[in-house]
Amino acid sequence: MSDASLTPAVDDERDHIAGPASAPVTLVEYGDYQCPYCGMAHPIVKSLQQVLGDELRFVFRNFPLSDSHPNAEHAAEAAESAGAQGLFWEMHDTLYENQQALDDRALLSYAEQVGLDTDQLATDLEHGTYRPRIREDFRSGVRSGVNGTPSFFINGIRYDGSWTDAERFLGVLRGAASHA
Amino acid sequence: MASGSIQQQERAGILEAGTPAPDFTLRSTPDQEVSLSDLRGRPVILAFYPADWSPVCGDEMALFNAVLPDFQELGAEMIGISVDGVWCHAAFARARNLHFPLLADFEPKGEVARRYGAYREKDGTSERALFVIDDKGTIAWSYLSPIGVNPGADGVLRALESLKQKGDSSSEARSNERRPPSSSDRDAGGEARP
Repeated sequence: MSDASLTPAVDDERDHIAGPASAPVTLVEYGDYQCPYCGMAHPIVKSLQQVLGDELRFVFRNFPLSDSHPNAEHAAEAAESAGAQGLFWEMHDTLYENQQALDDRALLSYAEQVGLDTDQLATDLEHGTYRPRIREDFRSGVRSGVNGTPSFFINGIRYDGSWTDAERFLGVLRGAASHA
Repeated sequence: MASGSIQQQERAGILEAGTPAPDFTLRSTPDQEVSLSDLRGRPVILAFYPADWSPVCGDEMALFNAVLPDFQELGAEMIGISVDGVWCHAAFARARNLHFPLLADFEPKGEVARRYGAYREKDGTSERALFVIDDKGTIAWSYLSPIGVNPGADGVLRALESLKQKGDSSSEARSNERRPPSSSDRDAGGEARP
């Protein structure tokens, strides 16, 4: 029902980006740290990054469904707080690898593992420092036609195909790379 | 015979923009009723969905629940409707933490869905259909989603925004009409100029 294109487009200043700007394929994921399907997608995305190397630029935006996943919002805020300390992807990976425990205490212990300033994180969580930013991500997702998580965009266009089959997903991304 | 009526139903399709929204009164809880006409004066989002608990519906309602603050910012009222009964709705809404009413189109089953052209005879459930109704009770936008696809909320948001724009410009026009000669007209000695 939408034109299903990413709005706004990837922003080097604002977005969390892994991979070079010159990569022929940009994969954007809208995800929720407590969503089990996003948890399933995480190692698949990791393997795609490994195989495609500099061919792939991966971007993550938050889409927490807090009423279904009570810890999703704080988990997202923790990742953003880590981002402000230059450790977004470290925290991002840790959260997905430890999806079964995402309460505040767990978040603080992951922060410690990752090497974050945990006092800063505690303050950020308490004040909801990154809540507006996460809402901004969420709204951009809704605008872009995200209807659940994870939702993927390949070079700005929503990908409605299967991602659970890593080989197939890889093929789709390789196709996008060759057309870029 | 049955397939003929289904085809007819499909041809007829859901009610479209410009159609007056059929009024209805349905139960939202075992002892509360909601009438569409009670909500006149602000936009209403009607989300027909096939059933409580089925995975896509859950996602769709969870998504709408999360977008609810944005709907409310646009002055809209959100309502979900399925053929499930009030007790089922109550359990579903509690489990999903939903912050908007779910109406039971339960007896006679699916009657409201039928009136909106959003009933699936074959399955005995409503379609997955969205309606945005304006403050005067006219359908401003409608969308029929494939039954297994969560339609997302962007279409609803766009419809609400365009209603708001229209509302803003018409109320501006009205206030312009009504406004007595003032500030800018003061020099003209209070005479409204054509």
